[in-house]
Amino acid sequence: MSFVVGLIAIGALALIFGLILGFAAIKFKVESDPIVDQIDEILPQTQCGQCGYPGCRPYAEAIANGDEINKCPPGGETTIKKLADLMGVEAKPLDAAHGEESVKKVAIIREDECIGCTKCIQACPVDAILGAAKQMHTVIEHECTGCDLCVEPCPVDCIDMVEVEAKPETWQWNLDSVKQNIHKADTIPVKLVE
Amino acid sequence: MQDIKQFVESGQIARFPGGIHPPERKQPASEQPLRRVPYANELILPLRQHIGLSGQCTVREGDHVLKGQPLTDAALHQGLPLHAPTSGTVKAIEQRPMSHASGLPEQAIVITPDGHDQWRERQPLPDYQQRDKAELLDIIQAAGVAGLGGAGFPTSQKLAQQKPVSYLIINGVECEPYICADDRLMREHARDIVLGMRILAYITGADKTLLAIEDNKPEAIASMQQAISEYTDIELRVVPTKYPSGGEKQLIQLLTGHEVPSKQLPIEMGVIMQNVGTAYAVKEAIIDDKPLIERVVTLTGQCIEQPGNVWAPLGTPVDALLEFAGFKPEHQQRVIMGGPMMGFTLPITAVPVIKTTNCILVPSTQELPPPGDEMACIRCGACAEVCPASLQPQQLQWLAKAKDYPALEDNNLFDCIECGACAFVCPSEIPLVHYYRQAKSQIRNQAREQAKAELAKQRFEARQARLEREKEERLERHRKAAEARKQMQQQQTQHAPEQESNNDGKSSAVAAAIARAKAKKAAQEGSNAAAEQPTGSQPEEKSKKSAAVAAAIERAKAKKAAQQAASEPEAGADSSAGSEASDEATAQPRPAQDKSAAVAAAIARAKKKKQARDQEDKQ
Repeated sequence: MSFVVGLIAIGALALIFGLILGFAAIKFKVESDPIVDQIDEILPQTQCGQCGYPGCRPYAEAIANGDEINKCPPGGETTIKKLADLMGVEAKPLDAAHGEESVKKVAIIREDECIGCTKCIQACPVDAILGAAKQMHTVIEHECTGCDLCVEPCPVDCIDMVEVEAKPETWQWNLDSVKQNIHKADTIPVKLVE
Repeated sequence: MQDIKQFVESGQIARFPGGIHPPERKQPASEQPLRRVPYANELILPLRQHIGLSGQCTVREGDHVLKGQPLTDAALHQGLPLHAPTSGTVKAIEQRPMSHASGLPEQAIVITPDGHDQWRERQPLPDYQQRDKAELLDIIQAAGVAGLGGAGFPTSQKLAQQKPVSYLIINGVECEPYICADDRLMREHARDIVLGMRILAYITGADKTLLAIEDNKPEAIASMQQAISEYTDIELRVVPTKYPSGGEKQLIQLLTGHEVPSKQLPIEMGVIMQNVGTAYAVKEAIIDDKPLIERVVTLTGQCIEQPGNVWAPLGTPVDALLEFAGFKPEHQQRVIMGGPMMGFTLPITAVPVIKTTNCILVPSTQELPPPGDEMACIRCGACAEVCPASLQPQQLQWLAKAKDYPALEDNNLFDCIECGACAFVCPSEIPLVHYYRQAKSQIRNQAREQAKAELAKQRFEARQARLEREKEERLERHRKAAEARKQMQQQQTQHAPEQESNNDGKSSAVAAAIARAKAKKAAQEGSNAAAEQPTGSQPEEKSKKSAAVAAAIERAKAKKAAQQAASEPEAGADSSAGSEASDEATAQPRPAQDKSAAVAAAIARAKKKKQARDQEDKQ
């Protein structure tokens, strides 16, 4: 008799837990791998493909599947550091095979030389180039991620990658970079001597 | 709230943690009466003079402007308008170096004064009490009044907060060494300042106005005391001399006994603070209808012959101010905008006075020797003792050097007011504030970049979705087209037998089948015979095609001939008409030539590129 009671009790419990789990699986369903989203958050979203994957999200997926974290030149050291923290692995120096970390750049089309072939428009991963066939093209500067992808397809080489100019609000307090007669002695506060 | 009231009513002065007592050096500049600087040859007005956005430029190069005429347009919460400091012409609207430590250029309006100093039409408003508060706020906004004590926050925005205010604090502390602009203003314009205070109290609806002055300014205290004697709701609070008592949060702590919580504004405590200079500017804006076009600037330092305070029109280049005060530069002369603690060294002196410029300091190397080399931190803790915000400067310094930004934020880097007290006492001469400024700007940049990355991601995903959609649409179109074709064929094949059945019926169908079979056989034979002779149908098609091509060529020729014919008679007519017209005729083909030349050049470039690439590939 006690055997049957035990069987029923265990069976009932199994049913209850099964229902709870089944409910949870529907209620708290995760659409995609959350780690991929987290990695994707960290990546700089230039969509440049220098890592060898067609965009930042595919690379995020690759990292989640165990790829190296040091293949993103636009993100550079800071991105590698953050990825290392997230993935719980050692931070490595940037893999030189994928390019070097450089200053932020933006594409500029020399508009009088543009022949309106639309090749750069097709190459731009973030739709930051405006234009139409046989019409001059131009780059929407603040949408450009500086990914370099439009330079290669241009048949007349009229796209330049230029450094993003510093503005007073983005200036990094690099006194050495101010070319005039500023020297290190000019840091404020200055010592007041009695 | 009740505690604050009790404390303030008791008239006590509290203490804030830390602080230092640097040499004051307010004399001799503070003893000279205010002078007026003549208008410089050109006045440079950067469009952005304070925190926030710049207004929209409303004048053009070459325009004549009157004194006080607005030059830019800015809506509430979108920055402040700028005004012409005197009448003259707009010489240029161009990039000029900013009054900023970086010396980077920004868009500026350059005005050449015409010497008449002619005012625009003014509408003084002496009866401000009859007016609505919102109207007064609009006037203050339109007059471009910004906080003249520090960062230049738009005054109208600060006043427009819809929260109850119990205390209006007027800040006349001016605790930084050398600077005495507010001191001089209080001595000479006490009545006007008090009027401004009344207007501010009216707008904010404050129960009481507290005027705070440091005890090292006895003359200013005396003159203000006299000016406020007739008002019962203004109280004078003399605070002990200590740097940085004039900081907004520090002064609030002194007067209310309560610290402003981190990441909160004083308004949450029912307190609002304005500088004495701002109170004066508000009075000028409302009662005299005079926008903010000049301010008091302290010119001081041992490399100036006549130190003192001056009324400097906004836009006056620092060069001109120095020349006015008798500048004797020494070797590697430093020119500091602001005070020695919180100012910055100017990379070039061609930059203008802006709304936030309170002092130009030109020290000799004896009075302000350049700092020695930075040495290692010895963890003495002197910086933590003097920090008015109770931070851990040495910790922040290490974190800033390690670029550990999350940890910096955890250690409340953004509560740092950059007063410089820590660097002042540091025995290792570490430029601490410099590190904090760098770290702060980098954190802000990262946040900006994060936002940009987010946007790029959205755009990338939108593009991906669009491409996907277009592909599907294309496939759908193809499928539909194929279906339509199929239907057409079916219809035709249905129609054809019907027609034939009308004539001959079955026999024709049989004949067709035979013909098809024959054709098939012939084709097979043809292919077997290794295409010795083309089959019957092919030459027919070919001849059709070639005929079509020939026709097309004929058409093109005809078109060309027609064009030539059209242009020739014109040219003929023109040559008889005269030389002017013939010029036109020759000019006509030129654009076409240009175009073709450009195309040729583009083609050449493309070819060159291809060659280069091929070579690279080979290599």
